Amino acid sequence: MTKIIGGIGTSHIPAIGIAMNQGLEDTPYWKDFFAAYPPIREWLDEQQPDIAIVFYNDHGLEMFLDKKPTFAIGCAPSYENVDEGWGIATIPPVTGETELSWHIVNELVEQDFDPTICQDIKVDHGLTVPLSLMYPGHNYQHLKVIPVCINCERYPMPKPSRCYALGQAIGKAVESFAGDQKVVVFGTGGLSHQLDGERAGFMNTDFDLDSMDKLVNDPESLTKYSNDDLVEIAGAQGVEWNMWLGMRGCLRGKVTELHRNYVAPISNTGAGTQLLLNE
Amino acid sequence: MTEQNKGTWGTIKFDGPMATKGFALNKMCYSFNGSGGRDEFRKDEAAYCDKFGLTPEQKEAVIARDIMELERLGGSIYYLSKFAGVLGLNVQDVGGIQTGRTTEEFKAYLESQGRGKHND
Repeated sequence: MTKIIGGIGTSHIPAIGIAMNQGLEDTPYWKDFFAAYPPIREWLDEQQPDIAIVFYNDHGLEMFLDKKPTFAIGCAPSYENVDEGWGIATIPPVTGETELSWHIVNELVEQDFDPTICQDIKVDHGLTVPLSLMYPGHNYQHLKVIPVCINCERYPMPKPSRCYALGQAIGKAVESFAGDQKVVVFGTGGLSHQLDGERAGFMNTDFDLDSMDKLVNDPESLTKYSNDDLVEIAGAQGVEWNMWLGMRGCLRGKVTELHRNYVAPISNTGAGTQLLLNE
Repeated sequence: MTEQNKGTWGTIKFDGPMATKGFALNKMCYSFNGSGGRDEFRKDEAAYCDKFGLTPEQKEAVIARDIMELERLGGSIYYLSKFAGVLGLNVQDVGGIQTGRTTEEFKAYLESQGRGKHND
């Protein structure tokens, strides 16, 4: 049986990629943030997952408003990252996967989810920054990535409860896949932040910390929020909590927290990092 | 539970009507993903706005770098961020512009909610 070994929540903001390119990890501003990652990298090195399912949102690289899926899943052998327009260096192609990913989309449709199925998409910082964080020096080619993209930009967006349920359906699909591959799930983005409007700069560190607690033992309580609630409580881009909920939904076993970090502000965000074991 | 009309202060909900209003503007900013679009814009900003069919108000706000007005005219922050990138502005600069603060004041506001508050 293919097994989901755990989930990792992480920020994906471009500023992190830029800081890594400029070698700023040990500077006063960044060191507390980057300190979160060596234990996670060690865990990944010990566990050697074969596949990573990555919940992210596209910020207008591949999925423009003309045809913007609510949920999209990649079923491609590789994914390219290209210029996003404001200076973050591109990274080498990401290795994809075409067996488990097709199995997942087949099973999702059977479970009444109807994602957009993508055989050729470019991936943006939402997916590439987490990979760069987990595998510095672009040493991620051995890992087969399945992108799961959630609309976090234009209303109507999928509800937190639906994103969590999507994760549960993906988790169930993975468990029914033959073989003995190990899968890790990334929930990326967040946490509280707001980029737009007169309210720009709003964060809610208490909510972030409390929600990281709940994510471990009481994730269902987080699914009771509407997206409007998240905007009010966690800022306009606080809806990126939906990717963390998707990740958490995939973990259907006994979940324990192995590692956590939280630093705010990192750029305009509360930056959470969390490693959850799924047994 | 339908709370689609609940508004949050200082936040423009990017919904269907706003996306309709801002489509051409956002499409222009989407073109800034490529260096070709950025270069062409820089050569003649007004002509580039016309090429994408921006309204006179949107065009004026682009030329004036009025980020808040562009949001009111249907701009999505995802694409306006690419416009800000063309201008060499980062998200703290844009935060300052929208909130009437200098970039340094905006950064101090961020700090006051985070490291300035939790020192654990």
